[in-house]
Amino acid sequence: MIVVTVGTQLPFDRLVEAIDSLAPKLNQKIFAQIGPGRYMPKNIDWSANVEAGAFDAMLRAASVIVSHAGIGTVLKAYKYAKPIILMPRQAVLGEHRNDHQLATVSQLGERPGIYVANNESELQELLQSSLGPAVASDSVFLARGRLQDFVFQEVNNAIKLKRG
Amino acid sequence: MNRNGRINILAVSSSGGHWEQLLLVAQKIPSENLFFVTTKQELLDNAKISQGQVVADCNQNKVLQTLKCTLQCLAIVFLKRPAVVISTGAAPGLICLALGRLLGAHTIWIDSVANVEKLSLSGKFAQYFAKVWLTQWEHLTQASGPQFAGRVL
Repeated sequence: MIVVTVGTQLPFDRLVEAIDSLAPKLNQKIFAQIGPGRYMPKNIDWSANVEAGAFDAMLRAASVIVSHAGIGTVLKAYKYAKPIILMPRQAVLGEHRNDHQLATVSQLGERPGIYVANNESELQELLQSSLGPAVASDSVFLARGRLQDFVFQEVNNAIKLKRG
Repeated sequence: MNRNGRINILAVSSSGGHWEQLLLVAQKIPSENLFFVTTKQELLDNAKISQGQVVADCNQNKVLQTLKCTLQCLAIVFLKRPAVVISTGAAPGLICLALGRLLGAHTIWIDSVANVEKLSLSGKFAQYFAKVWLTQWEHLTQASGPQFAGRVL
């Protein structure tokens, strides 16, 4: 199953329309979480929002995740080792307040298992090829461990100070 | 320390990516000390967190929501008297950080990893309330802050 998500904050009809128009060519079950978007998909299952636990279950069952370039979904793709295709929101198209999602894909788009589609035809090409899972590299675990240890140390020091 | 002698660490974030980052960042902190604050009950439920509370989501464009959120955060910070306040953003986290600082807490701001080219608006304001002010990208660090101490992904 292909699981599509645009997050809960803003509509992203360009992505929803793209996947809906590709659906007949893909021969796969597709579900889209479309947020506050106006476009109603005709060819796929969809819902405005899905409760967090149920959505996690869907992501675990997905063969591919297609998403706006939101960090929450990227972290889930790593957690469940799924291929993820990111379509960055563009400020010029009114899809976000600024272009930080373009910056996000410029940093993450080269990583194994993370793919970038800027439009429907790039999305089609990716969905019709074989995609590897997003698997966190040693350097990802190292950077994460460093942040976790740093925060833990700060908290420990503060607790010691409080206890006197 | 609050009145029950419990040492509280307040971990605060909005929903979505902010929340996923907060869960990762707080992973090594003993759960008996942690109290989570976020903007959707289902996030606490899904992560099986019993020590937590929901506040109104807000941003700089929603005056009434921001007022409501601030009052809720004020009640939490006043009751919990946290030793540390940690946030990965956005506005509700900034509010808790500011209130925590006023009551003498150690305050840690970790700007979202989504902010690759510049800090978020709340991230920039956080420098006035955070004792530890972090970005998750090395290239955004400056001598006067923010600092880099690792990244969630």
